[in-house]
Amino acid sequence: MVNLRAKYIFAGAAFAAAATLAPTAFAQWQPTKPVTFVIPAGTGGGADQMARMIQGIAAKYNLTSQPIVVVNKAGGAGAEGFLDVKQSNGDPHKIIITLSNLFTTPLATGVPFNWKDMTPVAMLALDQFVLWVNAETPYKTPKDYLDAVKAGGPNKFKMGGTGSKQEDQIITVAIEKLTGAKFTYIPYKGGGDVAVQLVGKHVDSTVNNPIEAVAQWRAGSLRPLCVLDSKRMPYKEKMTSDMSWNDIPTCKETGFDVEYLMLRGIFMSPGVQQQHVDYYVGVFKKVMETPEWKDFMEKGAFNTTFMTGKEYSDWVANAEKAHLELMKEAGFLAKTN
Amino acid sequence: MEEIQALFHGFAVVLQPFNLVLMVIGIVLGVIIGVLPGLGGANGVAILLPLTFSMPPTSAIIMLSCIYWGALFGGAITSILFNIPGEPWSVATTFDGHPMAQKGQAGEALTGAFTSSFVGALVAVVLITFLAPLVARFALRFGPPEFFAVQFLTFCSFIGMGRGSPFKTMASMMLGFAMAAVGLDTVTGTLRMTFGWSELLRGFDFLIAVIGLFGIGEILLTMEEGLAFKGMSAKLNLKVVLQTWRQLPAYWLTSLRASTIGCWMGITPGGATPASFMSYGIAKRFSKNGDKFGTGELEGVIAPETAAHAAGTSALLPMLTLGIPGSPTAAVLLGGLLIWGLQPGPLLFIEQKEFVWGLIASMYLGNIVGLIIVLTCVPFFAAILRVPFSIIAPIILVICAVGAYTVHNAMLDIWLMVLFGVIGYVFKKLDYPLPPMVLALVLGDMAESSFRQSMLSSQGSLSIFWSNPLVATIFGLGLILLFWPLISWIMQLAKRRAVVSSGS
Amino acid sequence: MTTRSVEIVVAVVFLVIGAVVIIDSLRVGAGWDSDAPGAGYFPFYIGLMMTAASIIILIQALVSKSSELAKTFVDPVAFRPVLLVLAPTLVYVLVIEFLGIYVASAIFIGAFMVYFGSYGWTKTIAVSILVPAAMFMMFEIWFLVPLPKGPLEALFGY
Repeated sequence: MVNLRAKYIFAGAAFAAAATLAPTAFAQWQPTKPVTFVIPAGTGGGADQMARMIQGIAAKYNLTSQPIVVVNKAGGAGAEGFLDVKQSNGDPHKIIITLSNLFTTPLATGVPFNWKDMTPVAMLALDQFVLWVNAETPYKTPKDYLDAVKAGGPNKFKMGGTGSKQEDQIITVAIEKLTGAKFTYIPYKGGGDVAVQLVGKHVDSTVNNPIEAVAQWRAGSLRPLCVLDSKRMPYKEKMTSDMSWNDIPTCKETGFDVEYLMLRGIFMSPGVQQQHVDYYVGVFKKVMETPEWKDFMEKGAFNTTFMTGKEYSDWVANAEKAHLELMKEAGFLAKTN
Repeated sequence: MEEIQALFHGFAVVLQPFNLVLMVIGIVLGVIIGVLPGLGGANGVAILLPLTFSMPPTSAIIMLSCIYWGALFGGAITSILFNIPGEPWSVATTFDGHPMAQKGQAGEALTGAFTSSFVGALVAVVLITFLAPLVARFALRFGPPEFFAVQFLTFCSFIGMGRGSPFKTMASMMLGFAMAAVGLDTVTGTLRMTFGWSELLRGFDFLIAVIGLFGIGEILLTMEEGLAFKGMSAKLNLKVVLQTWRQLPAYWLTSLRASTIGCWMGITPGGATPASFMSYGIAKRFSKNGDKFGTGELEGVIAPETAAHAAGTSALLPMLTLGIPGSPTAAVLLGGLLIWGLQPGPLLFIEQKEFVWGLIASMYLGNIVGLIIVLTCVPFFAAILRVPFSIIAPIILVICAVGAYTVHNAMLDIWLMVLFGVIGYVFKKLDYPLPPMVLALVLGDMAESSFRQSMLSSQGSLSIFWSNPLVATIFGLGLILLFWPLISWIMQLAKRRAVVSSGS
Repeated sequence: MTTRSVEIVVAVVFLVIGAVVIIDSLRVGAGWDSDAPGAGYFPFYIGLMMTAASIIILIQALVSKSSELAKTFVDPVAFRPVLLVLAPTLVYVLVIEFLGIYVASAIFIGAFMVYFGSYGWTKTIAVSILVPAAMFMMFEIWFLVPLPKGPLEALFGY
């Protein structure tokens, strides 16, 4: 029985490998039942899209011997999903995709979990943030806009964002600290809503992810001012008549140094063995080789940093520290009850 | 007419045999998903999304959108037969649909529901075909105050429906609001009423509550009258379809009103569920037979179903033209577009003509095919009521449990469903009205967050609610509906006085 | 049990829930933050209105002389079938926790058919196996939606 299964799996892997990597070692661990892929966010959001994309790629190229089953556990800003993984000690058939709520949710709500309660697998990509304004406004550079915000007085300009005490609001506070401008932050449910609220001029600016605002940008309704990263985005294909992602300056270049990248990474249950982690790392490596994934990265102008092992956990540890500081300064930490 | 030409091109795309097969598969799957409570259109589409990965985008969207149409049709079936809303937007269908089934008119109710769903969808598709860019611009005008105004209007159109004790109505509604508040507060990111219990993080889901309150509660109530379901005498042939069709033209005004409400709520986007409630409330208020609503009036089935389907269909419009999802299902389809490498948004209509018009053509054809499929099954559905009680009752309970579980993959939800069933039973016996509670549960947190978003942007000034003609008009309509009993009373008084004075 | 006593119990439950809502709202802050209502602002008034309504209902139930209230809440003869459905349902949900939904459903449907319908064994077994089997196919295999599973499914590697 076991042997048969191994053979079958090998056949599948070899088939997939034709398009991707060399087949991996024989004795490697393989899942024996469907793999649950937890999404700590609702259906239709960025994390959900990415997870279902992975599910689709894995199915299409037969990258896993068992199907991947996607489950949304969005309750309490994702806390529900994280707690679920935390509690499934030693279960190698459960993985979770994370976003910044990995850090912000426990800090802001006081729900007891930490990334250390799970096993880090791999960083798939980093999501960029761009400062957007409505294209009908006169602001061409971040300086124009931030000067106007300062001149307008506190709370006269509205920054729209996704959720409360999460990445968008953290960035807003970071910008405020650095420049002295003062926004009114208005939280919405999803990134797509936020972009449209900006088109409809119900807010004055947003820090949407590229993928959330690209459609409105291309249609000429929104204008990107700067990207909140240390270097420009690498994608040079023209998105509008005269601009590519690469043409958007970094905020640092334009004189205010705020950087923020959002983790799109994978964790799994605590207490699993190294071979389990290795298996998933292998699967994700194959996923990243596919043209669909590359296309998806380009569409969303993602920062395609891939990390595993210690490098990854160090990155996460640093990011956690940075979030703790940012959120402490902003006064977003949960009151300890 | 450029649109007509493009549309015909779209029909040519859809009529390819492969796409037609996908269409039928999609509809059938959708009906199944719609029938199963809990497994909603959004889940259904999300679940099947990865399967469409290797298809051409146009074929994929045809299949997925047909699942959506199927789910819109299918939601009515269990609502009418067993008082179990298969989908959130079919809750209002239970109010009159189930009493009709109990009277032995399951066939009529189903035909009415399916046909009016079709009418609603058709109106919405015509709107999408010819007015898409115009309508998209209208949707852009909706910010937090406008959303709050719409939610206010939904409430006002529904309030004062019950005849029972006003205090019980209030208690019931407040319970709904309180449950809606459990979980994470999106505006401040604070946890409310979870008491450190992680199971409460996800809050109380509307669907769990309605499956319990209506479905399980109804089964328990039925039990008091013996171990059987009522409505065995439903007619089991297709003649019932034609007979019902003959009655339908009389309700043209209701249909028109419901389609308008539905399209408007789908586009803004307010959602199909509030649309169905609002439409039911308004139909009840303005119908000649308003008093009889709730006892099995065909009109009470037509109003919510037309609106729900119109809203569900027109919700795709803001998704295609703006990239904002008008419904949870639209949100998942939106993700699908990105996965297939399409960029939803203002340029989709220009850059992906074949895809867009293929989709629009499939809306026409999909709904026609869907209507034919579900109508031919009416006798079959009605026949389910004749399955002996001791077989169908446990199966219904099992399906309810599965439905409750699939909403959030949580065991606690099954327990909650049973608890809600008991609550539904006790409330019904003590004359606590259920609809206000359900409406409060579905609208509560939406209304609260749009109110608070409005307050944030106006810095605490209420004047934002009459700061522009749009929001002021919606609020005005809400107030008129709220005080409608008073207004109609005054109008009658004035009329009577006029008669008296002219008589003397 | 008279309808009056059930009215009183329900009103008291509402009162307690209202109080809990008020207390929790005060904990998270029931006032206005800088310019918008805080997290507890709405729930506070919701709790307040619920409490007020329940007190009025309670008083009405206590003082009203309506003959309706003196009636028994539910006729014991009519209540028996209600319990006959409710109790197995509760047991069913409990069994799901241990055996998973498929096995529990098979037992539940089978028991129901034998007890209420007095069907023969063949028919009972056919229905009670086929329904969960169809569910399993649909959810676990086609739709890839995981439902609660127990030891039996684990034996087959699920």
